[in-house]
Amino acid sequence: MKLDAKIPAGPLAQKWDKHKASIKLVNPSNKRKYEVIVVGTGLAGASAASSMAELGYVVKSFCIQDSPRRAHSVAAQGGINAAKNYQNDGDSVYRLFYDTIKGGDFRSREANVHRLAEVSVNIIDQCVAQGVPFAREYSGYLANRSFGGAQVSRTFYARGQTGQQLLLGAYQALMRQVGLGQVTLVPRTEMLELVVVNGHAKGIVVRDMVTGRISSHSADAVVLASGGYGNAYYLSTYGRGSNATAIWRAYKKGALFANPCFTQIHPTCIPVTGDYQSKLTLMSESLRNDGRVWVPKKKGDKRSPSEIPEDERDYYLERKYPSYGNLAPRDISSRAAKQVCDEGRGVGESGLGVYLDFSDAIQRLGRAKIEERYGNLFDMYHEITHENAYKSPMRIFPAIHYTMGGLWVDYNLMSNLPGLYVLGEANFSDHGANRLGASALMQGLADGYFVLPYTIGDYLASQKPGSRPKPDAAEFKQAEQETSERIQKLLAIRGKKTITEFHKQLGRILWEHCGMTRSEKSLKEALAQIPPLREEFWKNVNVPGEGEELNQSLERAGRVADYLELAELIVYDALMRDESCGCHFREEHKTEDGECQRNDEQYAYVAAWEFTGVGKTPTLNKEPLVYEEVHLAQRSYK
Amino acid sequence: MNVTLRVWRQRNAEAPGRFETYEAKDINPNMSFLEMLDVVNEDLTRRGQGPIAFDHDCREGICGMCSCVINGEPHGPEYKVATCQTYMRSFHDGETITVEPFRSRAFPLIKDLVVNRSAFDRIIQAGGFVSVSTGSAPDGNAIPVPKQNADLAMDAAACIGCGACVAACKNASAMLFVAAKVSHLNLLPQGRPEKEKRVLAMVEQMDEEGFGACTVTGSCEAVCPKGIGLSFIAKMNRDYFGALLKMGRGRPATVET
Repeated sequence: MKLDAKIPAGPLAQKWDKHKASIKLVNPSNKRKYEVIVVGTGLAGASAASSMAELGYVVKSFCIQDSPRRAHSVAAQGGINAAKNYQNDGDSVYRLFYDTIKGGDFRSREANVHRLAEVSVNIIDQCVAQGVPFAREYSGYLANRSFGGAQVSRTFYARGQTGQQLLLGAYQALMRQVGLGQVTLVPRTEMLELVVVNGHAKGIVVRDMVTGRISSHSADAVVLASGGYGNAYYLSTYGRGSNATAIWRAYKKGALFANPCFTQIHPTCIPVTGDYQSKLTLMSESLRNDGRVWVPKKKGDKRSPSEIPEDERDYYLERKYPSYGNLAPRDISSRAAKQVCDEGRGVGESGLGVYLDFSDAIQRLGRAKIEERYGNLFDMYHEITHENAYKSPMRIFPAIHYTMGGLWVDYNLMSNLPGLYVLGEANFSDHGANRLGASALMQGLADGYFVLPYTIGDYLASQKPGSRPKPDAAEFKQAEQETSERIQKLLAIRGKKTITEFHKQLGRILWEHCGMTRSEKSLKEALAQIPPLREEFWKNVNVPGEGEELNQSLERAGRVADYLELAELIVYDALMRDESCGCHFREEHKTEDGECQRNDEQYAYVAAWEFTGVGKTPTLNKEPLVYEEVHLAQRSYK
Repeated sequence: MNVTLRVWRQRNAEAPGRFETYEAKDINPNMSFLEMLDVVNEDLTRRGQGPIAFDHDCREGICGMCSCVINGEPHGPEYKVATCQTYMRSFHDGETITVEPFRSRAFPLIKDLVVNRSAFDRIIQAGGFVSVSTGSAPDGNAIPVPKQNADLAMDAAACIGCGACVAACKNASAMLFVAAKVSHLNLLPQGRPEKEKRVLAMVEQMDEEGFGACTVTGSCEAVCPKGIGLSFIAKMNRDYFGALLKMGRGRPATVET
């Protein structure tokens, strides 16, 4: 397949402006004749749905939660980046662009990232106007803090609940449009199939999660903003309901899946304590502004942290990366933690943990200041571990947190299937092989508020008003039937193993063989283990209950069935990419000091995979990454 | 530790409900309450019985999805946490724990411990927003916001919309929820132009949804996982009476601000 990213010609900094001026528009009085479906109500979905509704399009917004306000963007803690340069510390659109490209280890698309940096400043303005209560200085002006992978202070925040506040802003904008009758809200509803008519995405099939009813919804365009697929790993910082089903159905209907192996492992999460554990809790990266990461110098040192004198501690991030120190990017910090734990210097009962210590900061700034900055995070840590982090250091360990990979999209955020748009974490475009902290919120809102509302018009203008198919068209009927059959098949198995047992087993395979480090050997091992597990699932899973009721087991079973296919694609991609870049660390390719060794000659491309059948090798399509402005360099944070 | 659970089971809104008793054995005190329910559900599934339906998602106290009344208290025995942040170490070995859904006429039951809280969405829809369309905002620093106002607005905005305040109230009043939202926006200069309209519309919708009146017992504040204070109710009442004097009663959509 020939992939056209539709990147506009011209100098990098002018591409977006020129593009906006040249794409087609829909006449204001015609906008109400177009219907758009938006799946997901996180930052990307809610901002897109409300902004399109404001323009006059008729929008249907679907979410799996009982209210759009609960989408998992709500859990983002630390902040949102914007190149405002309010701190006068040398920030600029170019610097945010460059930090993001470099942070992504030069595996993202230059033009998209530059646009992201450009619109970042508008996002802050928009959110302030909506009433997002960002942190302020005594002057009344906006406050900033620093985040990993940057040497400027450009992160805006609302205590440790920035995601919640930004989502409430987008949710309020969405509810305003619901009240105006411009958006129809369809909560507790799960998309189970994408419907493609004459090669164009024209609707979806959904299941009402309360009654179990299957129904079809047609539209002139479909927008997926359904989030990432990190829950394939079982334990993660994702919400328990976050899943890959919407994007996976689209993939199976012909949408390409790009860079699936780029999965972010966040360095500062609360370590696993037992097999019963259902999720991992993130401790915001913002803590690394003031916290110092360390382990004992000696192997197997079981003394309590307060008994270990200063000169027997190894502040390994500060030692290895003196210029960025504790604010080294996530992938690097995670691997460094794994390395010290592999050396037997990990702390806590399991030995899988490192300290994040605030004693210096508390001494320097006083406890009150630390409480003001991170109070809710310290409380959260206390609730979970029953330990007081003001007195003894936190213990942290890396965990699956975000997926940079996702459905392939062009510059307009449209997938290779015309009419299908993919936003936020569900697409692949902006973060390359590693996402910087406070950039996910930025991207979700950029896509929804400031990119899609322009670019979707370009496609809709080419569709005759009123030409969308009816929801009783043959393609919809067939998709409904396939959906019902799949549900009946799951319910009919009545096997011996629970859904959770399969999910945990799959998660273990991925974490061990395709986690913080990967090798040809480990990946081949994963490829050998996944298909038999999938076969066993379809023979031996126990899904209790019926289809025509609220059935949370059935919901999970469908999602785990998809993970069992998606996991194989993640591993294929990791095996194919025979280089190390960002989060994707292949044991075979490291520099002398243990950092990622990229291979730009052979792998400076986006790997966009095409579905060929379950259990069959997918077809690889390549979109070369052409850098017009940036010089590809070895990433250094030393 | 071992505990005995008395759990409200109800197939759907129409079917009669009742308490069922389950034994949860070998529970690790470091498990969260919901992880304990996961373990019970795994066991029920293996024994061919229907697992208990309960709402949950983020499991870190921010999405507001989880909603259990535990031993008579919404979100359980601990102060300022959601159900998902309640840990088994808060209970003692051998204890019998009663688990019920959030009960209120305005929160109709869906199944077992799952209720429908879309009344809250409709209250927001009535006026819980600033009417600003994308693209029309001035620079973020164009309007300074006094830090104390921003902080107070944030205290109110921390509401996760879980509905524990309603479940705890003997009148099933939603005043704390509505007060938090009204105060969050009314405290900020960006929310001022629609201040009166907002409070009138949201209060009216709250009444239409069938929530009860507030008699200031303070039970809402006591169970709020985000510690949102009663003082916001006082603040909303003040905004409400101010708006009444200025605009009179009635659907504010028809009233010019």
